[in-house]
Formats: sequence, C-alpha cells, structure tokens
Amino acid sequence: MASIFKTIDHIRYFDDLARQDSFIHRLHPLTKLLSTTVYALVLVSHDKYATLALLPFLFFPVLVAAAGRVPLSAILKRLLYLEPMIICLGLLNPLFDRETTVIMGHTVSSGWLIFASIVIKGSLAVSSALLLMATTGMEGIALSLRMLRVPRIMVLQLLLTYRYLSTLLEEGARIMQAYSFRSLSTVGVAAKAWGSLLGQVLLRTIDRAQRIYDAMCLRGFNGEYVPGKGRRAGIADPIYLLAWGAFFVLSRVFNLPLYLGCLLTGGVR
Amino acid sequence: MHMSDALLSPAVGATMWAATAAAAAYSVKKVQSEMDQKKVPLMGVMGAFIFTAQMINFSIPGTGSSGHLGGGLLLAVLLGPYAGFLTMASILAIQALFFADGGLLALGANVFNLGFFTCFVAYPFIYRKIVGRKGGPRRIIIASLAAAVIGLQMGAFGVVLETLASGRTELPFGAFVSLMQPIHLAIGVVEGLVTAAVVGFVWKARPELMERAFLNRALGDLSIRKVLLGLAAGAVLIGAGLSWFASSHPDGLEWAMFKTSGKEELEATSSVHEKLGGVQKRTAILPDYGFKGPEAEGTSGDTKGESWPVIDVGTTVSGLVGGLMTLLLAGLMGLMINQAAKAKGNGL
Repeated sequence: MASIFKTIDHIRYFDDLARQDSFIHRLHPLTKLLSTTVYALVLVSHDKYATLALLPFLFFPVLVAAAGRVPLSAILKRLLYLEPMIICLGLLNPLFDRETTVIMGHTVSSGWLIFASIVIKGSLAVSSALLLMATTGMEGIALSLRMLRVPRIMVLQLLLTYRYLSTLLEEGARIMQAYSFRSLSTVGVAAKAWGSLLGQVLLRTIDRAQRIYDAMCLRGFNGEYVPGKGRRAGIADPIYLLAWGAFFVLSRVFNLPLYLGCLLTGGVR
Repeated sequence: MHMSDALLSPAVGATMWAATAAAAAYSVKKVQSEMDQKKVPLMGVMGAFIFTAQMINFSIPGTGSSGHLGGGLLLAVLLGPYAGFLTMASILAIQALFFADGGLLALGANVFNLGFFTCFVAYPFIYRKIVGRKGGPRRIIIASLAAAVIGLQMGAFGVVLETLASGRTELPFGAFVSLMQPIHLAIGVVEGLVTAAVVGFVWKARPELMERAFLNRALGDLSIRKVLLGLAAGAVLIGAGLSWFASSHPDGLEWAMFKTSGKEELEATSSVHEKLGGVQKRTAILPDYGFKGPEAEGTSGDTKGESWPVIDVGTTVSGLVGGLMTLLLAGLMGLMINQAAKAKGNGL
C-alpha cells in the first residue's frame, strides 16, 4: 500500500517538475526525446569493460538537471530503487569472468570492470530517461511521438492510461487501506480475496470506461487525437541537438578522461 | 524482470524495437479495422487498472511472502491479443518514462518479452485452447496457470538471449538460464493464480463481459499460421539485424568510421600531435613520475577488446586523475548553471 502512495507522489512530483519554466523546458519536446535517445544509444554502444570512457556521459544528465531545475535528489532517489537489481546482476560477473586485470598494483577479476560499467551505464541511462520526463511531460512526449508518425491510437492509448493513472491509483490506495483495516494480514491480500478484491475494481473500471467514452462523445470525440498548438521549434533546438550529438560522438570515439589524465600527469597518449 | 539499458547493445536494442514496432503496427491495424471506438477509452482505463493492480501485494499461502500481478495475460483475456498488446506497451512505456524501469532503449525488448509472448503466444495457443468454448472455473484456473507460466518462461528466456547477444556481461548461458527460469516459474504461478481468480470472479459476476470478449472475433481471433509467420519474420529480422551489427570487432561506430574514413580510428596529424605534446608538457601536474603511456605498452585505453585487460600503472593513474577531473568538471558546471539559474530567478 505504501508503494501506491509513493507512486502517486512520484507521478505528481514529476508532473510539477515538467510544468516549470527553464531553457530545457522551452526546448521542443522532439529535441529532448531525440537527444535522450541518441545519448542512450551512444552510451550503451560502449564495450563491456568501458568504465573511464563512460564518465564524460555524466555531463548530459548533470547539465540538463541543472539547467532544467530538476533537483538531483529526485533522480538519485529513483536510482536507489533500481540499482539493487543491476548491482546483483553485475556482481555475478567477477565470479564468471576468468580474465584478470591489474589496477593500482592489485590483480583483480576483469568482472569488476564489467560490474562498474553496468552500474555506470544503468545509472546514466535511468537518469536521462527521468530527466526527459521531468523536463518534457507526457503531453510533450505524446506530441513528439505523433510527429514521429507513431499511430494515433497508440498515442491516445498512452495519454488515456496516463490520464487515469492517478485516479485509479487513488482508488487502489483507498481499497488497500480499507482492506488492511479489516484484515490481520500484513503481507498482502489473502488468497480467498484475490478474485473479489481485484475483480470488483475491474468491474468498476469497465463501467468507468463506458462513462468516460460517453463523456468524450458528448464533447465531440471522433477517434482523432488533437494535440493542440504545441511548441514550435526555435533556433536553439537544432543547436542543442547538434552540440550534444557532437559531444556524444566525441566522447565515444576518444577516451576523454584518459586524455585529460595523460595531459595532467604527463603520461604519453 | 525488466530488461535494462545497461545490459543491452545498440544492435540488440534496435532489433527488439523493430520487432516490437512491427507487432504494434499490426495490432494497430487490427484494432482500427475491427474494433469500435468505444474500446479506445477502455484500453486506456484498463492500462491504468493493470498499473494499479501491479502495486497490490498478494500474499502467497504457506510461504509468508507476497507476489505481484504482471497483467499481460489478464489484458489479453479481457481485451484480446491486439488491444491487450497495445495496452501492455503503454503501461511499459509509462514505467520506462516515469520510473525509468528498464530505460528507453530497453523498452522495445521489454514490450516484446512481457507483451508479445503473453498476448500472441500464451493467450491464443494455450489459454484459449484449454478454456475452450464452454469455459468454467476449473478450466479457467488450468488455462491461466499454464498460459502465465509458459508466457513468463518465454519472456525470461528472451531476457537471457537478449543479454547474451548484447555481450555486455560475462554471465554464461547455463548459469543465467538456471537463475532466470526458476525465479520466473514462481512468478508465473502467482501470475496465473491471480489472473484465474480475477477472471473467475468476472465470469461469475458479469458473464456477458467474458462472453463478449471471447466470442467477438475482433477481440480474440488469431490464426496459428499468422503467428508462426510473424515469429518467422521476427526471427529473420532479429537474425539479420544481429549478424549485421552485433559483431564486436569492429563495432557499430568503428564500422561507420571505417566506412567514412577508411580507418577504424581517427589519427591525429603529426603537427597536431607535436603541438598537443607541447601543451601536455606545460599542463602536466605530475610530470616527473614518468608513467609510461598506454601505447608504449601496446594498449590503447579501456575500450579495446583484444588488448584488454593489460593496464599499466601509468595508465591507471592517468585514468584515475582524468576520471576524477571529469567528475569534478561535470559537477562544477552543473553547480554553476544551477547558481546562474537561481540568480536569474526564473530558470535559464
């Protein structure tokens, strides 16, 4: 039940973040979607042992969060939820990788590098996806999906699911609260109530969908998705996209931290 | 388990996106041509319902632990395979965007693993075959259990294959399979039992809903020939995509560079090298340590598969210093932009 309340808070919080005004928020949603996609693609194109070369990719989330006025705590909190799974899978690598490597005079399994690489890649990919949402909002995503010729019915479906998410989550939270007051179970819904509890919600949901459809028809719904005026792309959009794209490719082709380190320590590169 | 961006290679991610897009495009076509507009809000609200249901803990008798509902099979039973698949895709998209479950690149793989196998394989060929035309509580339980378990096993196996094809881990096939499949067997049993309980309840309370879902051609008819053709096309697509991109040497970017410049790595001209060498001498903060550079030892950084994992101390120290400086720079720039935004009062 606590997870339902947390989920409602999380969605509302990200909605609020998306309604802010900043340089990043004013960019066209498609620009942000494309830059995040290119970022994720170039990031994961790195070899399984890549660790140092991944560090420049930190610039994107850090700068977007700062310019988009997204508190880092919002991103870090979510990372904590997701990291255990990635860490568990990553930790198996040192057991299976028979190669070894020498780091600072110590011989260790190369699997530790895979572990570090997976954790860094996972954290950065998660941060970039969350930042896209925190600076764009669902309407912006829907608009850019339509511009990318994603079928109308899929965009409508996504928007409607999102629209009714908070309504149904609140209903779920109320039901679970009522259930916990009336039962002694602390683990979850007892087996004999599985069908009736969820089934009742389901029947109400189906009736609700009928009412929603009637209301939509009365307001002129004819199956079309009308995104409204939307934002227009400005000169900042192509510059933003090109600048990040160039940086990503540069970071992919050259191991920038190693160059920087060699430059500072006098190591020949 | 959600597939994660961290475990995917671009080639596998893009291939799974292509396979999912093909299944989604076909589903959209079927939904548009055979369903009435009324189903659009129903799909939307059902998506929100499944999302909520996923948050509810179901206690598992005799174990003291609890499980969750995935919802793919329930969606297929109530909406049919096409609308069910699209609804599952929207749930996973919201999870990827709002909660970063998996990530954007992994979304294609996740929709395929959790949506395709359940809606287009387990539902039509297991659930419907067992339930038959008559239905009944016992058949619903057996059908749900079998369909959920097999659907989830296929999805888990999908995760294993995608991870191994991506080559981002060293996990051996046997170990990974023996880890994933039993876990998903337990998850599948819970999924099947909860689905059966809900479907059984609706069957008793509002049988007309189930009959409508079952009898309506638009909501459930799927020929095995079409699915096999689709799977064959998907296999060809995935196989072609992987063999085209997935060879680790040269990788995608190097391949693109090789095609455009004729070289796998960009080479600096000697004059640029000399000038940079001069700059390097002036900027070196630890010049007397005389660490050997990576190329002197025949290695070239941490991303070259074959020369790895030979690292000399010089590279390590340079790498550590460079890495720390990169982190520091990123942090400082973020802080400066943050301060500038605050000073301006209204964001940049």
